[in-house]
Amino acid sequence: MATQTTVSETGNAFVATAYRQVAPEALFAYPITPQTTIVEEFARYVANGKVKTEFVTVESEHSAMSACIGSAAAGARTMTATSSQGLALMWEELPIAAGLRLPIVMANANRAIGAPINIHCDHSDVMGARDSGWIIMFAENAQEAYDHTIMAIRIAEENSLPVMPALDGFITTHSISRGETMDDKTVTKFVGVRKPQHSMLDSKNPIMVGGFSTLGNTYMNIKKALREAIDASLPSIKNIGDEWGKLTGRSFDHVEGYGMEDAEEAILVLGSAAGNVRAVTRKLRAEGRKVGMVKLRTYRPFPAAELADMLKGCKAIAVLDRSDSYGAPAGPLALDTMAALYKAGVDVALRPYIFGLGGADVKLVHIERVYNDLADLSDGGLNPGLTYLGI
Amino acid sequence: MSDLTEIRWHARAGQGAVTAAKLVAETALYEDRFMQAMPEYGPERTGAPLKAFTRISDEPIEVCNNIEHPGIVVVLDETLLSSTDVLEGIEPDGAVIVNSTETPEAMRKILKAPKGVTVATVDASGIALDTIKRDIPNTPIVGALVKVRPIVGRDSVDGQLLKTFGKKFAQEMIDANLESVTRAYEEVLIDG
Repeated sequence: MATQTTVSETGNAFVATAYRQVAPEALFAYPITPQTTIVEEFARYVANGKVKTEFVTVESEHSAMSACIGSAAAGARTMTATSSQGLALMWEELPIAAGLRLPIVMANANRAIGAPINIHCDHSDVMGARDSGWIIMFAENAQEAYDHTIMAIRIAEENSLPVMPALDGFITTHSISRGETMDDKTVTKFVGVRKPQHSMLDSKNPIMVGGFSTLGNTYMNIKKALREAIDASLPSIKNIGDEWGKLTGRSFDHVEGYGMEDAEEAILVLGSAAGNVRAVTRKLRAEGRKVGMVKLRTYRPFPAAELADMLKGCKAIAVLDRSDSYGAPAGPLALDTMAALYKAGVDVALRPYIFGLGGADVKLVHIERVYNDLADLSDGGLNPGLTYLGI
Repeated sequence: MSDLTEIRWHARAGQGAVTAAKLVAETALYEDRFMQAMPEYGPERTGAPLKAFTRISDEPIEVCNNIEHPGIVVVLDETLLSSTDVLEGIEPDGAVIVNSTETPEAMRKILKAPKGVTVATVDASGIALDTIKRDIPNTPIVGALVKVRPIVGRDSVDGQLLKTFGKKFAQEMIDANLESVTRAYEEVLIDG
């Protein structure tokens, strides 16, 4: 029977517990703030014999992802974790992991990208990886980070795609909160054992991995297959989330809303700021305002149809991006949302905001200001376009 | 979340403010309530001023921003008072607890604390040196805190300390920590 324990831990400790329970056959990692304590804690589990994993401390993130690719291609259940400049250093290999259809799981502690140097939270690192073919999930809090990490290994292996469960640096990784962890046996059963379709170490059925594909259309065919695979993973992610939810009592949806049944103005956001937005939404709804909030737990593949469906009744929406796409018409989440609404034929006023870069605090008054901006937009006010919130 | 309690801790790195913030949060969990404890990370060097935050509630806590209007402020090092406005944003009926040998009345003048704010002082460093034999005021000051504002039960603090220290420390060390809490609880002076 599934038994859960209530604990108080940092977000990274929750993730490290999930790693121990998933029990990868191999883990290759390099430390970077604020990811470090995930690997530190996991190393302690390895040293104390709590998990049997081939754990290798490599000399850089580039090496970490290289080793993960080799290990996953050999057929081993493989994990790592990173953040910020570390993820940036892996850039060369992220599309290789996806292109080779390797089910690697890598938690990312979301952190700003330099310059200037900044160790705090934003989503610039993850957004730099968004087009690489990885499945990307954003956690609002430590509990979701734990749940996503356990779901991730199933999602990766069932879809032959790498998965990145992302959690907000410091805000989620380092703050201590209350949550529930599942008993080891239930997780072991839930994640099962990796049964690779192909393995480089299977000498009876030899394969080649990472070959050339420069003539004819094979390169484009393989990329089309990747596009189809990540699109097709959407229902699979939902099913795995539902299955995990049955065990935990915590539901999962790609798109989760609050107050959206009658909202005229809504705010869309990713990650930990969703909590702050929900708190403000709750307060304003109690005052009789028809406002709502939406967060995405699955970011890639982008749940376009579901999102458009949730937003279609609104008069005005704000999209809060925790990173910018410099030179583009808006931040990445806003661009995705515009495309989703256009595709669904939903015409609604949308105002894009950039907020919380480099850990800038998300004050509740800022969120209230966004709702007031939206009320003005609903009344036919001018849309001033991209706005940096709070400065 | 009307029952939400928000605490801001001021200390220098190395004085155990994060541990104290954790102790209070874990004591709340010990009482089956909801909690959040978070440090404000800056350059990590011993002696640097730092802040930490604790939230306690009977309901799940969804906000995760910095605490701007604390109901309680705890100051572990009074040398910070010359450089930091520790009362910044404090609630009009808030409470401040300072690790100091000053009387609370004298401390009120030093802080220029408004009338509605409760001011308390406790020689947490002295108590720590007497009991734990090291100047780590973080555990005793929790004893003073729960006297000034009973945000968690006095017995729950002991219960949580036993749970935390129980597995890892010698009985002598556990007793010293428990005694430090009791003494601070009894010796804290309160004005207002």
